[in-house]
Amino acid sequence: MLSLDEVRRIADLARIEIPEAGVAALQQQLNGILVLIEQMCAVDTTGVEPMAHAVDVTQRLRADRVTEADQHELFQSAAPQVEDGLYLVPKVIE
Amino acid sequence: MQWEVVIGLETHAQLSTASKIFSGSSTAFGAAPNTQASAVDIALPGVLPVLNRGAVERAIRFGLAVGATIAARSVFARKNYFYPDLPKGYQISQYELPVVSGGDVLIVVDGVEKRVRLTRAHLEEDAGKSLHEDFHGMSGIDLNRAGTPLLEIVSEPDMRSAGEAVAYAKTLHSLVRWIGICDGNMQEGSFRCDANVSVRPAGSEVLGTRCEIKNLNSFRFLEKAIEYEVRRQVALIEDGGKVRQETRLWDPQKGETRSMRSKEDAHDYRYFPDPDLLPLEIAPGWIASVKATMPELPGAMRSRFVADHGLGATDAATLTSSKALAAYFEEVVRLVGGEPRACANWVLGELLALLNRLEVEADASPVAPGALAGLVKRVLDGTVSGKTAKEVFEAMAAGEGEADAIIDKRGLRQISDAGAIEALVDQVLAANAKLVDDYRAGKEKAFNALVGQVMKASRGLVNPAQANAILKKKLG
Amino acid sequence: MFDLTISALASLLRDRKASSEELTRLFLGRIARLDPGLNAFITVDEEKALAGARAADARLAKGEATPLTGIPIAHKDLFCAKGWKTTCGSRMLADFVSPYDAHVVEQFDRAGAVLVGKTNMDEFAMGSSNESSHFGPVRNPWDRARVPGGSSGGSAAAVAARLVPAATGTDTGGSIRQPASLTGTSGIRPTYGAVSRYGMVAFASSLDQGGAFGKSAEDLALMLNVMAGFDERDSTSIERPKEDYARVLARPLAGLRVGLPKEYFTADLAPDVAACVTAAIAELKAQGATTVEVSLPNQALAVPVYYVIAPAEASSNLSRFDGVRYGHRAADYADLNDMYRKTRAQGFGAEVQRRILVGTYVLSHGYYDAYYLQAQKVRRLIARDFTQAFKACDVIAGPAAPTVAFPIGEKTSDPVQMYLEDLYTISVNLAGLPGLSVPCGFGDHGLPVGLQLIGDYFDEARMLNVAHQYQLATDWHRRSPPGIG
Repeated sequence: MLSLDEVRRIADLARIEIPEAGVAALQQQLNGILVLIEQMCAVDTTGVEPMAHAVDVTQRLRADRVTEADQHELFQSAAPQVEDGLYLVPKVIE
Repeated sequence: MQWEVVIGLETHAQLSTASKIFSGSSTAFGAAPNTQASAVDIALPGVLPVLNRGAVERAIRFGLAVGATIAARSVFARKNYFYPDLPKGYQISQYELPVVSGGDVLIVVDGVEKRVRLTRAHLEEDAGKSLHEDFHGMSGIDLNRAGTPLLEIVSEPDMRSAGEAVAYAKTLHSLVRWIGICDGNMQEGSFRCDANVSVRPAGSEVLGTRCEIKNLNSFRFLEKAIEYEVRRQVALIEDGGKVRQETRLWDPQKGETRSMRSKEDAHDYRYFPDPDLLPLEIAPGWIASVKATMPELPGAMRSRFVADHGLGATDAATLTSSKALAAYFEEVVRLVGGEPRACANWVLGELLALLNRLEVEADASPVAPGALAGLVKRVLDGTVSGKTAKEVFEAMAAGEGEADAIIDKRGLRQISDAGAIEALVDQVLAANAKLVDDYRAGKEKAFNALVGQVMKASRGLVNPAQANAILKKKLG
Repeated sequence: MFDLTISALASLLRDRKASSEELTRLFLGRIARLDPGLNAFITVDEEKALAGARAADARLAKGEATPLTGIPIAHKDLFCAKGWKTTCGSRMLADFVSPYDAHVVEQFDRAGAVLVGKTNMDEFAMGSSNESSHFGPVRNPWDRARVPGGSSGGSAAAVAARLVPAATGTDTGGSIRQPASLTGTSGIRPTYGAVSRYGMVAFASSLDQGGAFGKSAEDLALMLNVMAGFDERDSTSIERPKEDYARVLARPLAGLRVGLPKEYFTADLAPDVAACVTAAIAELKAQGATTVEVSLPNQALAVPVYYVIAPAEASSNLSRFDGVRYGHRAADYADLNDMYRKTRAQGFGAEVQRRILVGTYVLSHGYYDAYYLQAQKVRRLIARDFTQAFKACDVIAGPAAPTVAFPIGEKTSDPVQMYLEDLYTISVNLAGLPGLSVPCGFGDHGLPVGLQLIGDYFDEARMLNVAHQYQLATDWHRRSPPGIG
């Protein structure tokens, strides 16, 4: 079960701000979901191949050709902040 | 205490495909911002990746070139983290099942061969670029590079000095260009190295705590950054401190490494198989057909140059440092009709100096292999002396034509006719009675002075050995 | 006229008894009149719709019509349609106008269908009641105090109230079949890989599949004929020849083996729903089908497994909503990470946030094996159960939802209660199988009940055949809610 600190850590990892007053309620909801999930944890799955895809086929490959034209003006019409063709974001610190 | 340095390299080679690894956008360098960022590259809602065959084929070429195992089945995974140059919030990479495993690279350091083992090489997509020029206190994001195919080549921690690390990086750099999978342009970021560096007491079997150093976009920075990092770690430990496992950034201005703030929080990438991409299967037939198109590899060629041509390991390594240079050398040998050591001396000497001066590859040399072969032949058959030949080479480099034409035009043909030399010698003896007397009085030095006068009178064109012999005879 | 099926409307159009413009105006008028009470649509665009109708009329006049040419339809608002707002029911994309078309949208355009609007949905398709939409809940046309089911609740309600003859939906855990059951409509989710996911905003990529709502199984076949087919832009799209899903509709049911999973008929199933489903199965038998009890021993694990895999994939799929390139960005923030955190806290509703957090947790360091990997293994066991069952039967029949439509607000306070709504549908998504729901009667409060049919991989034509034969003998699918005339 998740502690309050774990809830905060996960929210941080997922980049979702949780108001401090809401952490306890969220913890309770998430733990309710984990109780549901844990029903499958005890199943013996020794030797069972994990199923990552709904279909058992392999990756199709695309020919190495340039097929895309420049549409940045159309795409950037949806952007919150743009200048000189660049998406602007709060200063990135390396 | 004696410290042993342990280095492993992670190298990102941009693959030389026309289009991106998961979209049909161009990978060409230098376009205006975001003009090569398609719906898939900017991760619009609903878009999906489709894998580029060209990228996979280049990974196969690499696997074959380093004697690695090419996975019959490999899997693409998502590496999840938030960063503005990573549009999806995850990078598509390979994690548990990479396309290439194992293999090795032979490097030559101080004339000695060393084997560096590879852990793996996997396909992944490049991120975009954050431009830190000031946009009213904000950063600008250009996603043209996002989705460019990368092969991340991970070495084992087999290197023991900055010199070895540089030799490995150079060998790998030469190899990826040799097999035509990467243009190797380091200024444009086509070939980038991260170094994992640790130190341990000499003789210890236990690895020290390592730091990963990023932003090493030249061989010189790679060397300097490792040397700095080793000094930093040793000083830290000797002062009673501990090395903290972290990612550090090389600052070329300051010549030091520093902790990366953006990587400070412990990363939890939450890798899982990408549900949008199915397992990549590579059939043996595909590998065989790629194999059929592989050129002779630099390692094999190097061994051949040593065994068949009698060249030293270092010379052979230099000649095979690029495919263009090796091809140039082989063409000169073919046109001269043998004499590989003489050919090698010319290629490694005058030609390399010229190429370095002009900053061009051998295939763009102003002196073509045929032209150099023509000159080498004239040296070998005694038409010109080695010294004069250098003058001819410079003239060829300046575009004055073929060796023979320059030799004739400039009158550089070596004088080997005994009669002509005797006449010259007679003139010199007549004009330098004092030197003749000195010589006869037992001053050996006077003889050399007389030879010098003969050479001067002939503008350096007489065969010195012949001139010597005739002088001796006349002074008898 | 509004009550006619696609094929009946198509023959009116073909015979020039009506124009597409007339039809489109009729349905636009119904939307204007009835949708304020239902909230089935997020966007309706009269101008675009009428332009599309006129283009369809020109095409009809030239004799180049397909069965869908001139038929008004609606798309669930997570199919990107160029020039249309595509919100996914989220504040995050409340103002996002898509710059490109989804494959499904392109296919309907090419067929000449007339897009009248985009339907309401649970936010990012996460929900079973349509109450998690940023644009407010959709109301069930049969009882406006009740939910229409979800997540494709807008499409289901729109078809049930005859606001459009047919609509698209998506089904990740039951999001077509459960609302179809709750609204008395027919809905199909095809085999994973049959319909391209290109341009369909991803919730859980390995489970998502586009499908359709209509008033009959025959209409569903016509819709699939347009939607399904290989698309090279989706790596999981299956390369197989184009098929006619209506080709065996007329086949009699004699000899059909109907599998009845014993795990479906338990105390979890409400008695009124059980009665309708049982009667429907009796009808299939009356037509010559035989029934056989089959077992899906891992059925009880489907919901737990789903709530590992779907949130895990969703947590990653929804990372692109970061306020950088499109969508909502918080107005005030201290730095880059604060911008991310505030943007995502404001842009996503509570249920989406919960699922992102669950998904982040099950993938995080130290928990991956116990949760995610284990879920993938149990998923395999669930899929094998079906493979085993289909050795003994041709289709599986059962309920689509455990109860009839429930009152708005009844399950919003307990996420887990809401998750159990998809008890009978989720395992189909985990296995990647096709499933449909057709109306099979009315339960408590006179509310519709759906019969779920599950087929083997790419066996949609047979499922539709069974549903169609059932609909030839019953009229449940022709019943419409009161007060929509």
